[in-house]
This record gives sequence, structure tokens and C-alpha cells, in this order.
Amino acid sequence: MTSPFETLTLSRRTLLAGAGASLLLPAAARRAGAAPATGGTLVAVLDPEPAGLVAGLTISAPAVAVSANIFDGLVEYDEGFKLKPSLATSWETSADGTVITFRLRNDVTWHDGTPFTSADVAYSLLEVTKKVHPRGNAVFANLTAVDTPDPYTAVLRFSRPSPVVWAAFNGTETQILPKHLYEGTNPLTNPLNGKPIGTGAFVFKEWVKGERIVLERNPNYWDKGRPYLDRVVFRIIRDPASRAAALETGEAQYIPLNPVPLSDVARIKASKDLVVETRGFEGPAPMYFFDFNLRREPFGDIRVRQAFAHALNRKALAETVFYGLAKPAAGPVPSYQTQFFATDLPQYDYNIAKAEALLDAAGLKKGADGVRLRIDHIPSAYGEDYRRAGEYFKQALKRIGVEVTLRNYDLPTYIKVVFTEYDFDTHSAWYSAYPDPQIGVQRRYWSQAIKKGTPSSNASGIADPEIDAVIERIQTEGNVEKRNADIRELQRLAQVKLPSVNLLELTFYRAYSAKLSGIDLAPFGGYQSLKTVWVGA
Amino acid sequence: MARALQLPEGRVLRYLGLRVVQVVPTILAIVVLNFFFLRLAPGDLAEVMAGEAGSATPEYMAMLRQQFGLDEPLAIQFFKYMGQLFQLNLGYSFRNSMPVLDLILTRAPNTALLMLSSLVLAVALGILFGAISAQWRGRWPDGVLSAFSTIGFATPLFWVGLMLIVLFSVELRWLPAGGMRDLQQVHTGLAAVGDVALHMVLPVLSLAFFYIAIYTRLTRSAMLEVQELDFVRTARAKGIAPLPIAVRHVLRNALLPIVTMTGLQLGTLLSGSVVIETVFAWPGMGRLAFDAVFQRDINLLLGVLFFSSFLVIVSNLATDLVYALLDPRIDVR
Repeated sequence: MTSPFETLTLSRRTLLAGAGASLLLPAAARRAGAAPATGGTLVAVLDPEPAGLVAGLTISAPAVAVSANIFDGLVEYDEGFKLKPSLATSWETSADGTVITFRLRNDVTWHDGTPFTSADVAYSLLEVTKKVHPRGNAVFANLTAVDTPDPYTAVLRFSRPSPVVWAAFNGTETQILPKHLYEGTNPLTNPLNGKPIGTGAFVFKEWVKGERIVLERNPNYWDKGRPYLDRVVFRIIRDPASRAAALETGEAQYIPLNPVPLSDVARIKASKDLVVETRGFEGPAPMYFFDFNLRREPFGDIRVRQAFAHALNRKALAETVFYGLAKPAAGPVPSYQTQFFATDLPQYDYNIAKAEALLDAAGLKKGADGVRLRIDHIPSAYGEDYRRAGEYFKQALKRIGVEVTLRNYDLPTYIKVVFTEYDFDTHSAWYSAYPDPQIGVQRRYWSQAIKKGTPSSNASGIADPEIDAVIERIQTEGNVEKRNADIRELQRLAQVKLPSVNLLELTFYRAYSAKLSGIDLAPFGGYQSLKTVWVGA
Repeated sequence: MARALQLPEGRVLRYLGLRVVQVVPTILAIVVLNFFFLRLAPGDLAEVMAGEAGSATPEYMAMLRQQFGLDEPLAIQFFKYMGQLFQLNLGYSFRNSMPVLDLILTRAPNTALLMLSSLVLAVALGILFGAISAQWRGRWPDGVLSAFSTIGFATPLFWVGLMLIVLFSVELRWLPAGGMRDLQQVHTGLAAVGDVALHMVLPVLSLAFFYIAIYTRLTRSAMLEVQELDFVRTARAKGIAPLPIAVRHVLRNALLPIVTMTGLQLGTLLSGSVVIETVFAWPGMGRLAFDAVFQRDINLLLGVLFFSSFLVIVSNLATDLVYALLDPRIDVR
């Protein structure tokens, strides 16, 4: 007879034995209960090298990954997409939605010893974010003034309600910069952008171009006890296979972005020393889609667009080209952004017969050679995976008698051809949906977002009064419930009018050593500060 | 022997002066062609940086172009650039937030270290292997070395590099997989030198693997040609032992094509190896230029090309002088 106690003792003993060899335990198992260890150097890997280290000025994925350690924002996201305090301790919005008041921490100093105050907030929002941030002038378009009644209160005044700004106050998007060091200079060319002074958990030490960026623990950080690491070194490794090798040899412990090729993920996952983490990208929210150039025939015909949507097997695309690290998208907003996602959207199932019938109805009959339409396609130049997806589109569309010529370019040429010359029949890419559809989604559908020469804008050329009306309501509606209803309506129209086929919710991933604990899993986790991370055992 | 290696001084100086005068228009032509050709590539730095940002507004793009000086007419941009160049100012790299000259000067020594080491290794081993091959022509050492050099010649550099990483770094854990120094700990003094040396082993071997093959084949064929010549037969008839004949008579006379090759390669080598520097994350010139191309960082690319063409011209000049040193029959004019 076995008593429950015996089993318990046994399992506890097994557990203790396991804890002795804690290296073998996954990080998640150890995290529970164990106190964070302090000290040590973390080597992280970046690709490509950022242009500057102040992401509030030269924002790019690698710039944010470094910069979030040096600077803070007013708020941060927690794992449930809720805002939590950072430089601001609390905030409130006026009843009419045009005034937002932030109360700030009073115990924060810049890395040069100067106290942080509301003047820094006012300067950063008005002079930096609104003027020189690539999308700040759009997001904060209605911000007219920032009052600073005292050093620890910042009052933001808007000309009309702007709920979208709540998706941009986090430190990975809008950073607070030191007014005393930037005022009177051109922020974009300030030499401090290469040797930044922030309020963040780590202090900038050195940047050896092409090789390394070194940060050291900020002993005066306001979040007491943090950070745990003494040093963080970012290495630049351009070759994906070499990045994988650096991780496998233990020369690097953390790769926040684009760590290894999709084809290597399974191998890295299988290693007990390494972790592949897919959480932490719900904020940037990469959405993959297939655009039609509506300036060209026959894409003005909705039946042709519907036929293409039926001909693309999104499940197969996710499983083959993207190795299962993607899932079919139901619309332009990712399903995990539950506050915005509409659940009952019109869908286009994979159905070759239906697709062919639609093309026949549109008058595109098959010729003697089985071809009914010859078009070209430009896949995104942001990585090999998207070129491979182009091969998939070519094969899939051949089945409905559409002959596709692929046009692959390097990145600058791609941007020029697609977003300036609009010289394509079809085009596939991913855009970040960002935490608010007004930032990431509307730019694909709004007629005002047809901006010649601007990357990641409305490339299909869709200009639909009904869609425009909904988008403009979303921009000015102060009531969250009404606004969310409009956002759902936008998704429905996007699926019905179909200027582009929403293909996949891409899954980005980080790879790191199993010895690391405290990795931030919040929606921007992949870009978040390493202040919560410690090296266990 | 010592007398044969002397060059008449006055003539050398005159020769050098003449060559320098020739060099100036050459470099000028290179700069002008580069300036206009590079602008034929579609897309510019503003578009690339807006692309990296994830999204942008037209106002932001206009601001970037203004900052980069891309909003001015091409002719104005050209005269501004030439004006800077005459003051030896290579301009500013906006993608790297750093003056171009500073970028080049921090990268060039890293590349020189890597490239000169592998060139020295390749020339030494290549000449040795080539001499052995020629001496035992048609027998097994020749067969083994020929097979080796064919493989070295035909194997893609990046593959050699990756395989060395897999074997010596990932599997055996003997050597670091990439980078130039250990970033976990800070080394000082002799330990720092040793650390860099350790990081050099794999990239130097990968590069040398390719170049050894070239020098082996070159030495072998040059020596075989010289072996047939009359003076070698005479030396043999005089009863000189085979080894001194091979070294003093055959090899020395076979050195000229090797010097030509080394001189040619020296100039290009110092511009870096894109492949090896990328695979081994070595912060050198090759990667700098490569990234500049894809980021349309024209200022940086112009600077790198200017610097590289300068190196090629200087090393060609040096090669000519070495010819005269090695072969008294060749005169500098």
C-alpha cells in the first residue's frame, strides 16, 4: 500500500535532486520562488547595427533593443496589454478626453546626475516625438501643449480626443530625453545620440562600431534592486548561421530579434541549453499580407481579388514556408489583440474551384496554354523567408491559371519600386499592426496614407469613401467602446472590399540561454529593457 | 648578391614622382565615376532608414533628406563632395552617425591584421607546397597537394568558415566562433593580445585555405617552367645538388609571378573580405562596405572606394619596385 505521503516525499526528493543540477531545469521552472542573482555580464546579439542609440530619434528594431535599457518611457505594458508605471506613477484623462495628466516619479536622475522633471517630458513630446519621430507627428498630431505646473506633473493638452496616444506612451515607442542636453541643438545630429545619457537601468559605456555596444549597471536606478546584471554587451553579428553558433557555443546568451533562420529554430528548440520564446512580440504585431495594385487591371474587379484570396492556402503557407511559426490571419488585426479583434469576419476558404469560377465570371478565360492572366509579384525584401513565400504564391496561383513573374530586389530598390514608383501588379509584405490599429493597420487602408515615397504606407492604392469614413471616426472618437466598434467595422470592410489579402499573423521569436531568468514577456518584450533579467546558477 | 639588390637612387625618385603625378588623375576619375554610378542605384538612405523605422510620414522623409543633403541638385552635391575631398574630408556617414574617415580608420587595422596574417601564411605555405609539387612532379606528394589545392580553390569561402566554426567552436569548443575579442571578460595586456590571436585562428585559416591553393598552383607551374630552362640544365651539369638548384636557381627565378600575384592581391585584400568578415563577425572594411551598399550610405561607400583604390595603386607601385629588386634585368623607368 502506498500512502499519499510517500509519493509526496518521493517527488519532493526527485525535485531536490533535480534542483542540484539546476542547469538542466528550464528557466521557467527555476524562476518560481528563486531570488534573482545579481552580477555578471550578458552578451546579446544584434543585427543589423543600429544607426543611433536613441530610439526616440532613430527608431529601428535593433535601436530599440539597446535603447530601452538606457532610456525609460512614461509607462510600460504588462503581459496583459495593461499600462503600468515607469517614469509616470499615475495618470488621468479629463472627461472630454482632451487633457491627460501624468504624475511623475520624484526620485529619478539622468545618468549625468541632473534631476529628471516634467520639463523633460514637455520637451521630449513637443520637440522630439512630435517633430522628428518617424510616426510621432501622426500619432501626436492633436497634441497642442504640455503644461508643467510643477516639476513632477505634466499636463498634456489635445485639440481633440486622441485615444491612440495610449499606444505610444510606452518606452519602446516614445522615450523621454534630457532637455538640458538636447535643447537648442538639432536632436537628429546631437552627438549624444551615439553616447546617450538617459534615466534607464543601464548606463552607456562604449560603442565600438561594427563590433560591440557596452552598457553598465546604473547604481542609482529608480527601480530599486534592479537591474541585476553588471554589464550588458551587444555584439553585431550579421550572418544568421554565425548567430546560431554564438548562441550554441555560449559566447552569446541572448538574441532578441531575428536570432536564427526559421530552418534552425527546431534544432535550437531541441537543445536543452537554449530557449526559443515566441511571446513578447504582440506589441509590434507583425501581420503578413498580399497586396493588389488597384491602379492596374484586372485588380479593380473584386471577383479577381476574391479568386486570389481563395487560391492561397494560408495554412499550408504557415506550415511550410514559415515552419509553423505563423498562423492564418482572420483579418488585418491580430487575434491576440483581443480588445480590438473582430471575431466574425468574412473569410475566404482555400477553394481552387471557386477561385477558377470567379476568374471565369470576371472574363479571364484560360488560353490554349492554360494561362488566363500574366502578372508580376514583388515579395518583401526584408528577409529570405518572404522570397520563399513568393515562390509559394507563384506555384499556388499557377493552379488557377495565373502565371506569376517574381521580382526580387535588395531593400532600397524594393522600397523605391513598391512605395515610390508603385511599379508592381501584386506585392507581399508584413507591417507591424502595433498596439493600436490606428498606428499600424489604418495605413494600409486609408486613402490619406497613399504617400508616395513613404515605406510601409498604403501601397495598394485603395481609396474607398466608406473605409475612409470609418478610419476618420476611429481617429477622433473619444469613447473607447464606440471606437472599438468602429475598429471592428474597419476589419469587416477590409475583408469585404479586399484591397489586399490578409495572410498570416507572423510569429517572431527570441532565442537565449536557458541559464537566463526574468526575461520580459510583455507585448514589447522582445524590445524591452533587460533590467528584469538575471543569470541563474 | 647584395649589389644586385640595390636600386639606383636618383632614378627611383624620379620614377616615384612620375607615378604619383599619374596617380592623381586616376584617383580623381575613380571618385567622379563612383559618385555618379552609385547614384544610379534605386533608393536612398532616407528610404532605408524609414524602412528600418517600420513606418514614417512624408514630412519625416523630407527632413531626413534635408539632413543628409539629398534634397539638393546632384551637381551641387557633387561640388560639395569634391570640395570636402580636397580638404581630405571624406564626409559623414549618417547611417553610422560618425565621420567616414573615423569609421575607415577604426576598421582598416582590423582588416589589415586579418588579411596580412592570412596572406603571409598563404604565401609561405603556398610556395612550400608548390615547390614540393614541382620537385616531385607526377608522384604522390604532387598528387596529394594538387588535390588539396583544387579543393581549396573550388570550396566556397563561407562554407569553409562555417564548417570550421561547427567543428572547432560548436563541437570541440576549442576556439571562439566569431568576433575579435572575448566580450564576457575584459582582458588586458598580454592576455588581450592572446585573446585576439585566438579569435583570429579560424578566420585566418579559412582565408588562407583559399589563398594557399592559389599560391601552390602558381609556384608549381612557374617552377616547372623554369626547370626546363638552359641555365638549370647547366647548373645540373655542373654537379650542383638538387636541393640548392631547386631553391637558389629555380625558385628564385620563379618568384616573379608570385610577386605579381601578391602585389595585386595585397591591394584588394586590404579592402577586406566581405564573406569572412560576415561569417566571423569580424569588424573590418569588407563588412563596412557591404553594409554601406545595402543601406545606400553613399558617403561611406565613396569613402571606402576611395580608400581602396588608393591602396591598390600604392601596392601596385610597391610591386613594381620589388620587381626591380628581385630581377636586376628589370629597370624602373
